[in-house]
Amino acid sequence: MDVAVTEEDVLPKSPMPTSERSQARRETIKLLLRRPSFLVGVAILFGWVVTAILGERITPYDPFNDFSPGHLAPSLEHLMGTDRLGRDVLSRVMVGSRDVLIIAPLAALLGVAAGTLLGLIMGYYHGVVDDVLSRLVEAFLALPVILVALLTLVVLGTSPIVVIAVVGILFTPIVARTVRSAVLSERQLDYVTAAKLRGESGPFILSREIFPNVLGPTVVELTVRFGYAIFTVATLSFLGVGIQPPSADWGLTVSQEYNNMISGVWWPTLFPALAIASIVVAVNLIADSLQSVLDE
Amino acid sequence: MARFIGRRLLLALVTLWLLATIVFVIANVLPNDIGRTILGPFAPQESVDALNEKLGTNRPILVQYVDSMIGIVTLDYGDSYVTGRPVLPQLFEAIGRSAKLAGLALLITIPLAIVAGLFAARRRDKPADRAIVLLGVTSSSIPEFVTGTILVVVIGVHFGLLPVLATPPADSDILTQIRYLLMPATAMAIVYFGYIARMTRAGTIDVLQSDYARTATMKGLTTSQMMRHHVLRNALIPTVAVIAVQIGYLFGGIIAVEKIFNYNGMGQTMLFAAQQKDIPMLTAGAIVIGIVYMLATLASDMTIAWMNPRIRLDAER
Repeated sequence: MDVAVTEEDVLPKSPMPTSERSQARRETIKLLLRRPSFLVGVAILFGWVVTAILGERITPYDPFNDFSPGHLAPSLEHLMGTDRLGRDVLSRVMVGSRDVLIIAPLAALLGVAAGTLLGLIMGYYHGVVDDVLSRLVEAFLALPVILVALLTLVVLGTSPIVVIAVVGILFTPIVARTVRSAVLSERQLDYVTAAKLRGESGPFILSREIFPNVLGPTVVELTVRFGYAIFTVATLSFLGVGIQPPSADWGLTVSQEYNNMISGVWWPTLFPALAIASIVVAVNLIADSLQSVLDE
Repeated sequence: MARFIGRRLLLALVTLWLLATIVFVIANVLPNDIGRTILGPFAPQESVDALNEKLGTNRPILVQYVDSMIGIVTLDYGDSYVTGRPVLPQLFEAIGRSAKLAGLALLITIPLAIVAGLFAARRRDKPADRAIVLLGVTSSSIPEFVTGTILVVVIGVHFGLLPVLATPPADSDILTQIRYLLMPATAMAIVYFGYIARMTRAGTIDVLQSDYARTATMKGLTTSQMMRHHVLRNALIPTVAVIAVQIGYLFGGIIAVEKIFNYNGMGQTMLFAAQQKDIPMLTAGAIVIGIVYMLATLASDMTIAWMNPRIRLDAER
């Protein structure tokens, strides 16, 4: 009797069929929607995205070209007052998330993509590769992020691309370490051994077998890094090496106006500062909910 | 224990070498025309060449690399482009002032965060626990300069309770100094509260679920006896680790805080160096803070090894 080898037998089998995986995803979303902190986070973030996109169409004044008298206190006409050049603070706060909402996600994405690749390689190949890369990761982790970003931006000159690259690269080792430890526990499981026995190549096992199973920690890491990217870019803008004028960016605005706090002009500083706080808290609420749901 | 320390020190040296190399690459290899960076795009080429000659930045890159690696070991971190004097003494003075600020921040945040973490862990999933977790997420995600500005507006300007600038008058006593440093230290403490509290909570929950904790409860120990004799020592291991990591980050966040409160520490020195394109000062700052971070993690590893013999013996094998 000859043994018929159908295509089905040869095709690689993921440990979890696609339909089951999408069902699990639906389950995760259902659990997330039951968490108030997740909903609050999404609502705040969504609000800032909407104001950034609609911008001038919904702001009470032109955020860039409408110059009233400077430093007017908040009133019914200017709900958050005016800044040192007489621009409406509320209008500028509404469009102030534009740059950071482009730069921070890209930086987070770069860091997570590079870090995931590095972590997969370190975790799977183990041995010498892992030892060497681990040392390098350790050295990167010892670097003070803000200070090294400052140094790089001074040397290269600041531009959005450089900010994205610097923040992304500084995040890479942190992500790599997380993914590596996830891969280390996966690689001992039966499905990886089975794939090896089938004679699959390392890159195939990594991308088609292990990667889908460490997707959970990777997604969590992406949202966590997004929060940190906003934190870091805002701080860099405040230090004068991040987003540059004439942007209405919140961190930049705080750096331009904070000197006036002492003389009692608090509104051009406080409102952008509160806006930064709201957006980073929102992203972290989302990240935290995602983490607890995926842990369960 | 000696073998454990020796091994760790050796690894730390390798990390230090890699770290110094990364910083060197950032500072030198990327654009490789320091003279142009300092003098700006409109300076004539002769001036750029002359400046590069004086700074030694026109030498082959490998020579510069070896030179700077020897400098790391012999504690010669180069001369400032601005003052022409060695950067290290100036840097150490500034770090000393920053350490006061950072120390006060840690002094405020560590006890509060540990108490909050233990409290939350023992009331797991009850409203008090949820509130502390939420507070932790919120506090650790807001940048220091944001909390700093909010504190200045509310406590400094509106209520006038504390000075809005952090530099105390010369020769002031310790209490006055603390009064001046209290607001910036609080801005930093708030960020670290979240990390430490969440770590303590997670570590404690882990231990409370262990078999030996259950045994302790079943043999009739009171909760406080069990916490003191069986839980704390193991529960605080992740806390010790996270505190060490935070000491490194502390010096990153301090830059923005010192700017807000106009405090002349490491952060202001680094910002000034950035404005003046004083690259030796910036690289020295990055390396020295890197060393501080490594020493902190080393100290935490030793503390952890001392707290938990299993880790110590495992590492010696």
